[in-house]
Amino acid sequence: MFRFFIRRVALTLPTFVALMFVTFVAVRLVPGDPIEARTGERGIAPERLAMLRHELGLDRPVWQQFLDYANGIVHGDFGVSIVTKTPVLHEFAILFPATLELTLCGLIFAIVLGIPAGVIAAVKRGSFFDHSVMTVALTGYSMPIFWWGLLLIMFMSEYLGLTPVSGRMDLINYYFEPVTGFMLIDSLLSGQEGAFGSAVAHLILPSIVLGTIPLAVIARMTRSSMLEVLGEDYVRTARAKGLSPLRVVGLHALRNALIPVVTVIGLQTGTLLAGAVLTETIFAWPGVGKWLIESIARRDYPALQGGIMLISGIVILVNLIVDLTYVAINPRIRHG
Amino acid sequence: MSLLSIRNLSVTFATGRGPFRAVDKVDLDVATGELVAIVGESGSGKSVAMLAVMGLLPWTATVTADRLSFDGKDLLALSPRERRKIIGRDLAMIFQEPMSSLNPCFTVGFQLREAMAAHLDLDKAARQARAIELLELVGIPEPERRLKAFPHQLSGGMSQRVMIAMALACRPKLIIADEPTTALDVTIQAQILDLLLRLQKDSGVGLVLITHDMGVVAETAQRVCVHYAGQQVEMQPTRGLFRDPHHPYTSALLAALPERASGRILPSIPGVVPGLADRPAGCLFSPRCRFATQTCRTIPPPRAGAELGYALCHTPLVEGHPRGLKKLEVPA
Amino acid sequence: MVDQPLDETILPDGAIIETVPPAPSSLRAFWSAFSENRGAVLGLMVVAFIAFLALFAPLVAPHSPIEQFRQFVQQPPVWAGGTWQFPFGTDAVGRDVLSRLIYGARISLGIGMSVMLVSVVVGIVLGLASAFLRGVVEVVVMRVMDLVVAIPSLVLAILVVAVLGPSLLNTIIAVTVVYLPRYVRLVRAAAIAELSKEYVVAARVAGVGKLRLMFVTVLPNCLAPLIVQAALGISDAILEAAALGFLGLGAQPPIPEWGAMLADSREFIRAAPWIVTLPGLAILVTVVAINLMGDGLRDALDPKLRRS
Ligand SMILES: Nc1ncnc2c1ncn2[C@@H]1O[C@H](COP(=O)(O)OP(=O)(O)O)[C@@H](O)[C@H]1O
Ligand SMILES: [Mg+2]
Repeated sequence: MFRFFIRRVALTLPTFVALMFVTFVAVRLVPGDPIEARTGERGIAPERLAMLRHELGLDRPVWQQFLDYANGIVHGDFGVSIVTKTPVLHEFAILFPATLELTLCGLIFAIVLGIPAGVIAAVKRGSFFDHSVMTVALTGYSMPIFWWGLLLIMFMSEYLGLTPVSGRMDLINYYFEPVTGFMLIDSLLSGQEGAFGSAVAHLILPSIVLGTIPLAVIARMTRSSMLEVLGEDYVRTARAKGLSPLRVVGLHALRNALIPVVTVIGLQTGTLLAGAVLTETIFAWPGVGKWLIESIARRDYPALQGGIMLISGIVILVNLIVDLTYVAINPRIRHG
Repeated sequence: MSLLSIRNLSVTFATGRGPFRAVDKVDLDVATGELVAIVGESGSGKSVAMLAVMGLLPWTATVTADRLSFDGKDLLALSPRERRKIIGRDLAMIFQEPMSSLNPCFTVGFQLREAMAAHLDLDKAARQARAIELLELVGIPEPERRLKAFPHQLSGGMSQRVMIAMALACRPKLIIADEPTTALDVTIQAQILDLLLRLQKDSGVGLVLITHDMGVVAETAQRVCVHYAGQQVEMQPTRGLFRDPHHPYTSALLAALPERASGRILPSIPGVVPGLADRPAGCLFSPRCRFATQTCRTIPPPRAGAELGYALCHTPLVEGHPRGLKKLEVPA
Repeated sequence: MVDQPLDETILPDGAIIETVPPAPSSLRAFWSAFSENRGAVLGLMVVAFIAFLALFAPLVAPHSPIEQFRQFVQQPPVWAGGTWQFPFGTDAVGRDVLSRLIYGARISLGIGMSVMLVSVVVGIVLGLASAFLRGVVEVVVMRVMDLVVAIPSLVLAILVVAVLGPSLLNTIIAVTVVYLPRYVRLVRAAAIAELSKEYVVAARVAGVGKLRLMFVTVLPNCLAPLIVQAALGISDAILEAAALGFLGLGAQPPIPEWGAMLADSREFIRAAPWIVTLPGLAILVTVVAINLMGDGLRDALDPKLRRS
């Protein structure tokens, strides 16, 4: 168990180094000099250019620059945004809670609907419900979520007027300083009546949009895993004890069927963060996804570089945690 | 009155290639404390028949019977809820694959106490005490520690002991043991079987023992049912069956026993049990039968009376010779 | 088999019942397994229809995809009060939506097919190389693939496009980079599984050259899962490319790419909902159809992966 832990962590390190390397190289490949990007089109005196290059370390050998970059990252220095002149890590830290809140809500939406749907579909295999779940899952899995978001806005917000179109909060009626960065919590802490409701209302559509693909994946995975487990000998043993179907399915079968599902849920982190880029763009959600797209538009390459580094780092870390959780919930490995 | 009484039990599976009758008109009676053995090759429907009694078949199976009663109750007429009150309490089953029959995600103790919680009026401490008692009964050392173990930490023999303990947990009236030793190491097989037989004798519980092992049958069972391709081809008290088998299949099975072989070569039954696609028109055993006639190949055989072991045969054997057959057709 | 001639001479015991029908040719078997699945056949039909539209777009489409009919700006579709001249209406600058959708099928299917083809070829080469050469080659290839997988797909595609600049070709490159690891990993795993089998050992002993062993002996036996992955990979590529297009990082105007068409439509949610609805519907239908077909392929080709 401990050896597995060490090995799994050790396997992650080269990926991190490679990630640094890729972001480092990518930004150097971007057309246009970083100096040019800073000085704009006005041009610059040669000696000033040399000085700037020296200041930024651009006159040093490339490998030296890479080591500096890597060293910076290890010490939490992800560069400075060209546009806002603030450290990338700082910007990211301010925006990330918004993304995290959205991602978690989307995931919860997917899990809360997906697992029961998958379980019931498996138990009632071949039924109308089963076919419906599989059809919805196929559609969800194939959904262009940016379009799905627009459709929901069109119907729920524009046509029915039920939900707000963009942002995290009704800023005209409520204002409070962020404490945790999570609007659901901050709105409660602010004590302003209606603020929490506004936060929830703003979260509904983005969560649905972001949760759609994970919902489909989770429902399909739960169903097939459950179908497999329901045919196992130990499920028959449980039924042979005269236990209620609820207990047989919900405890004996589900506990085993969830093992691969938990893995799949963990692996959705990447999907969710990729989806967050689109969802945040559609709903003007002030998170890191939208920020990343805006960095491209502003040609803010340090922000792009740092942002990608941070987002990917988070995905790698979460995948690592998922693997370790998998070990923890599976007694066969835990006591192996 | 018998504890378990089955008449004309049939089970049909809906398969991708059409319906498949895995059990065909099987009868069985087990009295309290009796040990009945069911023998037959793999695939002859022994497990499916007993799973039908337990109500554990998958949804693709259709079960029909003229009578399927246990302890005076008609199992087919009971609601699922009422049936679950009997299953696991009065009627328990031990399966062939002990390793996969225990849930890998829960401890042995949890799975053992669970059966008691479902049926017995015991509090937590009493259940724990009974679980320890049961493990001691089935010969597992250090029961307290074993209760905390997960199934993958147990050997096959150990798992089967746990399964036996689980079956005994609610003091059942009848236990169905489906090849309880087939999946185990040869050295362990005898131990587990001895344990099972000892417990059966001590507690006076009825036992249906499904097995391949004719030797075990001869030593232990009071009555034997012989299954072939889903049908019950013969049923007799053990002594009579070994002395004078009436169905050619039974006869061939007995001839294949090492201690009965006369020559240096152990006789075996040539051919295989017919599957879905290759069912003969007449008697299902006819392609492999030494005594098969043209009649046997075309017309399904009738069931003989009790004096001929209810043999499903046109020409039941008496003292090794087909009865009512004038001219013996010589096999190639 | 029950109705065999009964008067036939007595065969050695048990021999009669052993007859097995001759195995149908593998293509026939595949088709019969595939056509059993109604969803898969429906998917195939829809894909064939869209492919037909894409191939013959100039003949099928009523107008040019970029011609602006200034006097018919934002005309609604026929069912919402429009005219048959523009059955699906016109967009904000008066281009015929139907024609743009039909030409868009060319773009989307083209991207999907190109990504798939390049990925399959590169995947086969890298996968076989790491399975056969092991050692440093394998470690490097697989570590790089691990890295690619670790970066969220769209984020990586954005990075690639940021480096190369937005264009149709770069979209294909970016999406290929994103989905390459699946193919490489799959080919490598399948090849390693095959390598331990006896026929490969036999071929090796017989002195078959390494390249021949890789591509002629082993590769054909890894194809089934690869074909399935390729089919499903087309739909993923289409979705990913459309997302890039939507973000303005893919095909540039006035190319009638479905994702890019959606990007401009946001302001018209109220005024011209068909401009929002139709391109997305086209994406969804195409992707669903390909996925249906891919699932059917998987069930028919790869019984191991068959969903019960
Ligand atoms: N769930 C099922 N669906 C279809 N056929 C089944 C199923 N379970 C068992 N069978 C078939 O029923 C026949 C009898 O099986 P079984 O009772 O397990 O034989 P055995 O006598 O060895 O216990 C076999 O041919 C088997 O293939
Ligand atoms: Mg069996």
